[in-house]
Amino acid sequence: MLSMLLRRLGLGAITVWLVSLIIFAGVEMLPGDACTAFLEREAKGQLLENCRIELNLNRPAAARYLDWAGHALQGDLGVSANGQRPIAELVGFRLRNTVLLASGAMLFGIPLAIFLGIIAALRRDKPLDIAISTVAISAMTIPEFVSATLFILIFSVWLGWVPGIVLVSADAPISAFFPVIFLPIGVLTLVMTAHILRTVRSSVIETLASDYAQMATLKGVPFWRIVFRHVLPNALLPTINVVALTVAWLLGGVVVIETVFNYPGLGRMMIDSISDRDLPVTQAIALIIASVYVGVNLLADILTMLANPRLRTLHLRKG
Amino acid sequence: MSQAPTLPRGPARNRFLVVLGDILARPSGAIGLALVSAHLILAIIGPAIVPYDFTEMNAAAMLAKPSSAHWLGNDHLGRDQLSRVLLGGREAILVTSIATPLAVLWGGLVGVFFGLAGGRLDEVLMRIVDAFLSLPWILKMLVLIVTFGTGTEVLIPTLGFFYGIPVIRIARAATHDVVARDFVQAARARGHGRLTIIWRELLPNVRDALFVEGAMRWSWMLLAFSSLSFLGFGVSPPTPDWGLMIADARGFMSFSPMGVLAPMVCLSSLIIGINLTADALAKALGLDRARKAPV
Repeated sequence: MLSMLLRRLGLGAITVWLVSLIIFAGVEMLPGDACTAFLEREAKGQLLENCRIELNLNRPAAARYLDWAGHALQGDLGVSANGQRPIAELVGFRLRNTVLLASGAMLFGIPLAIFLGIIAALRRDKPLDIAISTVAISAMTIPEFVSATLFILIFSVWLGWVPGIVLVSADAPISAFFPVIFLPIGVLTLVMTAHILRTVRSSVIETLASDYAQMATLKGVPFWRIVFRHVLPNALLPTINVVALTVAWLLGGVVVIETVFNYPGLGRMMIDSISDRDLPVTQAIALIIASVYVGVNLLADILTMLANPRLRTLHLRKG
Repeated sequence: MSQAPTLPRGPARNRFLVVLGDILARPSGAIGLALVSAHLILAIIGPAIVPYDFTEMNAAAMLAKPSSAHWLGNDHLGRDQLSRVLLGGREAILVTSIATPLAVLWGGLVGVFFGLAGGRLDEVLMRIVDAFLSLPWILKMLVLIVTFGTGTEVLIPTLGFFYGIPVIRIARAATHDVVARDFVQAARARGHGRLTIIWRELLPNVRDALFVEGAMRWSWMLLAFSSLSFLGFGVSPPTPDWGLMIADARGFMSFSPMGVLAPMVCLSSLIIGINLTADALAKALGLDRARKAPV
């Protein structure tokens, strides 16, 4: 058990390290650097030279990578090229806003997905299941910017319930985000629910067909008891991993949704930083998102292991 | 990777017809294939049937409501909405239908090769694949696009490269299922080289999985392409593109909802069509992808 955990942790750490290498190499590939972007037309001669010395850009790439990675490990993400402000300070509020958005979607999405998934499974191939599954597939496959625009059209243009655009600054208190945040949360919830409920549905159907569920039926155990005692605990296990993958998607897919709603989160900051060639900020955001992705997946693996006795002793049986 | 029991393993052409028949026999498959075919045909004959020039502006007809002359109204520059919507998928379909086979080809070959080779090298490759997959697609795409520009000649290799990486995983897993089987052992015992084994024993067996994966990749690529266009990193105006059209019309939604609705319906019907077809294809080939995670 412990060795398995350590192995997972080690693999996760290696992945994050490789990601940092990829990010650094990717940003190195970009034409120009933070100085040419910052100085724009004045980027020549002594001025450029001074700026490069100031930002340590004249040193070899390997040394700069070690420097950057070392500081990032200590939580120091460097200084933004444009605003000359510490990135940790800039990113902090944005990260909070994105987490607010994502956790709102999870709060509604996960229970809703489990509920609808179970209903769809129990009513398999009946009109209700077909309706739920069709909506889910559409929600999953339609691009996020389409569903987001549709939400704005319906709920803010036609019904006029909530504003369609978020006009709150990044460092505003959380209370300022209500009620405008409900629309982006709604879109995220829709897509997330669709992904999770598909897994819940197929997993419940599979478990209902298992020997022990059949056995319980034959013994005369009441139906709701079979569902809640025998089927659900087993059926919900694969859900943990899908939730993790969905959360990871949430952090990437949120980029588009944040742009549509003008929401001041991490995703929009990433797009802005790439367009502005603010390389230190791009690197920092990429590293944060990748670390969260690896972390959430690791957490899901551990939770699945803890919740599933069979996996807990897998290494014993393998010898 | 078990074959569906109902499918005879006949000559290739015969099997193609059997699979096609199986897809069409399912309502979702028939609808999906019909949608995809309609879009493909439209993309080819589009320029011949559009009523107006898609660049022709008309200041008097800005954001005009649908009329008998302009069935879907006009956009914010007074251009005919119907003509633009009919042409709006061509660029996306062109780019993605070249990039998809590219992605499946290189991802599939690398995956099969490393699945067969195994060992240290395979471990290292999987770590690199994992690292790539833990970055959001949009970040990876944008870095390359900002570097090399937004033309078709950049988008095709970029999409092909990044969407091939997850294919490596699929191909590798499918290869692992096959590698331990008797006929591969037999081929090894006969003294066949690695390339012969890949070509004659492995590829025919992982091909089905790659086809299904390719169909799914196609829909994700379309999604990525139109999202990039929407964000302003894809097709450049005045080329009509659904993603770009939605982005342009967004500001005028309250005056002219048709401006966003028409391209939305087109884009969504194509993507849903591909997904329905891919699902039906997977079932027809006896591959179950119900448990597969998103990403």
